[in-house]
Amino acid sequence: MHITLTHYLLVSAALFSFGVFAVISKRNAIIVLMGIELILNSANINFLAFSRFGNLNMEGQMAAIFVIILAAAEAAIALAIVLNIFKRFNTVNVDEVSTLKD
Amino acid sequence: MHSLLTLSLAILLLPLFSFVLLIFFGKKFYEKSGHVGTAILGIDFLLTFYVAIQKLTDTTNEVFSYSFTWVDFHSTIPLKLDLGIMLDNVGAVMLMVVLLVSFLVHLFSLGYMKGDVRYSKYYAYLGIFTFSMLGIVLTNNFFLMYMFWELVGLSSYLLIGHWYEKKSAADAGKKAFITNRVGDFGFFIGIMILWFNYSSLSFDHIYSSIAHGILPFGSSGWLTAAGIFIFCGAVGKSAQFPLHVWLPDAMEGPTPVSALIHAATMVAAGVYLVVRTFPMLTADALMIIAYIGAVTAFISATIAIAQYDIKKILAYSTISQLGYMVMGLGVGSYSAGFMHLVTHAAFKAGLFLASGSIIHAMHHALHHVNDHHTDAQDIRFMGGLRKKMPITFWTMIVFTLAISGVPLTSGFLSKDAILAGTLAYNHFTGQTLIPLIGFFVAGLTAFYMFRMIFIVFFGEHHDAHRLEHVHESPRTMTIPLITFAAVSFFAFYSFNPFSAGDGWFFQKTAVPESVVPQAVRAASAEAFGEELHHQHYLAMGLSLTMAALGILTAMLFYYWKKFSADKVVAAVPRLFTFLNNKWYFDELYQKTAVNGTIGIAKLLAWFDAKIIDGIVNGAAWLTRLVAVISGKFDHIVVDGIVNFTAYFTGFFGLVFRRIQTGKVQTYIIFALVGAMVLFYVYR
Repeated sequence: MHITLTHYLLVSAALFSFGVFAVISKRNAIIVLMGIELILNSANINFLAFSRFGNLNMEGQMAAIFVIILAAAEAAIALAIVLNIFKRFNTVNVDEVSTLKD
Repeated sequence: MHSLLTLSLAILLLPLFSFVLLIFFGKKFYEKSGHVGTAILGIDFLLTFYVAIQKLTDTTNEVFSYSFTWVDFHSTIPLKLDLGIMLDNVGAVMLMVVLLVSFLVHLFSLGYMKGDVRYSKYYAYLGIFTFSMLGIVLTNNFFLMYMFWELVGLSSYLLIGHWYEKKSAADAGKKAFITNRVGDFGFFIGIMILWFNYSSLSFDHIYSSIAHGILPFGSSGWLTAAGIFIFCGAVGKSAQFPLHVWLPDAMEGPTPVSALIHAATMVAAGVYLVVRTFPMLTADALMIIAYIGAVTAFISATIAIAQYDIKKILAYSTISQLGYMVMGLGVGSYSAGFMHLVTHAAFKAGLFLASGSIIHAMHHALHHVNDHHTDAQDIRFMGGLRKKMPITFWTMIVFTLAISGVPLTSGFLSKDAILAGTLAYNHFTGQTLIPLIGFFVAGLTAFYMFRMIFIVFFGEHHDAHRLEHVHESPRTMTIPLITFAAVSFFAFYSFNPFSAGDGWFFQKTAVPESVVPQAVRAASAEAFGEELHHQHYLAMGLSLTMAALGILTAMLFYYWKKFSADKVVAAVPRLFTFLNNKWYFDELYQKTAVNGTIGIAKLLAWFDAKIIDGIVNGAAWLTRLVAVISGKFDHIVVDGIVNFTAYFTGFFGLVFRRIQTGKVQTYIIFALVGAMVLFYVYR
C-alpha cells in the first residue's frame, strides 16, 4: 500500500474532528485546551503533507514550526487564564463560567 | 387785544371758574355753594354790564376780534385752525341777555333749590352751562362754536337730568341730548363742507371768500346746502320742527333750569347761530328757514292750547316763539328776529320763574295739607292764586302781555317787527302762507297765555283750606321776577312804543351785508327796509287785532265763562286728543326713529349672535375637529409606529437572547456551523 496525500489529510481531518469534539463536548477547561492542541497539530499535519506532496516545500515545514511555537505560547497563556478562572470561580468547568451572557 | 376783549375773556372764564370751584370744593361750601356761584355770576354780570354799555355806546360799531393760530398743518393738510374771540354789537347784547338771565336764575335758585340733594353740583352745572353759552356768543369761528355747542348739549343733559332718581328726568336728559345730536350731525356736515372748501373755520375768512366769489364746490347750490346743514344745528338746539320734541320733556329739570334753557343758554344758541351765519345764507336757504320757523310756531301753538301742565304750556309757547324768531330771520327781518330773542329771553325767563314760584307755593301748600297725589303743576288744581301771590301775579301779567304782543311791552315791538317782515317777505317772494301763519299764531299765543292766566290766578280755588297755605315766595325769588318784568318794558329797546325801527336796538344790530352771489341773494336790506315801512301800519293793526281777539276769546271762555271750554272739547274730541297728545310726534318718533334704531340694533345683535359668533364658534369647532383628528393620527399612526418598532425590537430580542447562552462552547458550535454553511455556499 502506497501512502498518499489523502491518507495524511484523512488522519489530519480525524485529528481535527477529535480536537473539535473535545473542545465542544468536554466540560473541563484543561481538556478543552488539549482539544485545541489536537486541532493545531491536525493543522501541522496538513502543512507537512502539503509540504511533501503540494508545492509549499519548506514554507510548510516553517509554518508547522511556527504553529508549534504559537501552541506553546498559547498553552502558557491559556493555562494562566484557566488558573485565574479557577481562582475566581473556584472551578474549571466551562459550563459554569457563563458570565459572558450578561 | 382791546381792553373790552380782555374783559370779555374774563367774562367767559368766570362761570368756568365757578364750575371748577363748586365741582371740586362743593362739599366744603355745601350750604354756601349757592351763594358762591351767585356771587361769581354777580361779578360777571357787572363786568358784562360795563362791557355791553361800553360797546353799545361806541358810535364806530367797530368789531373787536382777537385770534391766534392754534393748529397749522402747512402743506400736509390745508387746514389752519384759528381760535379766537370777537365782540360785536350782537355779541354784546347777547352777553347781556345771557348773564342777566343766568345771574337771576342763580339768585332765584337760592330759594327754589334750598335743601336739594345735589345743591353744590346744581350750581356747578349752572356755571358750566353759562360758560358754554358765553363761548358760543364770543367765538369767531365754527370750530370753537361747535365745541361750545356740544358743551351746551352736555350741560343741558346734566341739568335736565338733575333729579336723575326720577326715571322721567333721566329719560328727558337723554332725549334732549340725543335729539340734539341729530341736529348737530347736520351742523357738523355743514362745517365739513366749509372746511373742505375754505381750509379754515373762521367766520371772517369764510365770508370774505364767499364775497370774493369762491363758492363751495363752485356752485351756489352747495352754498345753500351748507347753510341748511348748519341750520340743522339750530333746529336741534332751538327746538325747531321736526326736532322740537326734546324741549317739553326738558321740563323734568328744576324750573329755574327751564328758565335758563328757554331764555338764555340753550334755545337761544340756535337762533344766535342763524344770526351769526346770516351773511352766508342764500335766498333758498332763508326760505327753508322761514318755513321751518313758521311750521314750528304753528304746530307748537296749537299744542299749547290743549295742555294742562303749566310748564308744558310754557314749553310749547317757547317753541312757538322760537319758531317766530327763526321765521323772522328767515324772512330777512334780521334785527327783529334777534330782538325777539332778547325780549323773549326776558319775559320767558320771567314766566318760567313765575311758574316756578307758583309750583313752589303749591308744593308747599300741598305738603301742608298732606296731599301727595295732586300734581303741583296742573293748572286745573290751581285757581284763585291772585290774592295770595300778588307779586307773582302782577309780574306774570306783564310777561303774558309781552308774549301776547300788547303795546307798551317789549314783546309787542319785536313781534310786530317780525310780522311786518313776513308781510314784506310776502311782497317780495309771494309766500303768502308765512304771514298768514304768523298772524294766526299771534292770536293763538294771546289765547293760550291768557287761558293759563285766568285758570291759575282767577276763579275759585278747589280747596279753601289748601289755599290758606299758599304764600308768596321769598325775596330771592321775587326780585328776579320784578327785574324781568321791568326789562319787559318797551323803553329798554326803543323809545317809540309802537315801532322798534327807530330804537337803539335796530340801529346797533343792523342787518349785516350778505356775501352770497347776487343771483341767489335775498331781497336787499334797503329794499326790504323800505317795504317794511310800507307794511308797518298794516302789520301793527293786524297784530293788535289778533292779540285782542286772542285775549277776548280767552276771557269769554275762562273769565266770563260765556262759553264752556269743555263743550268745545266735547264737540271736537278727536282734535282735542290730537292736540293734547302733541300731534303724536313722540309716538311717531317712537314708532319710526326709536323702534327703527332698536330694530336695526336687534338685527345687528342677531347678526352678531348668529353670523359672527357662528363663524367664531365654527372656527373653534373646526379647530377642535382637526385637533381630534390630529390627536387620533398621533395616537394611532405615530404612536403605533413607535410602539411597533419597540415591540418588534423586543420580539427580536426575545428570539436572539436564546442564542446568547454565555457558553463558549455553544459559540464555537455556531462558528463551526457558520463556517460549514459558508463552505457549502461558496464551494
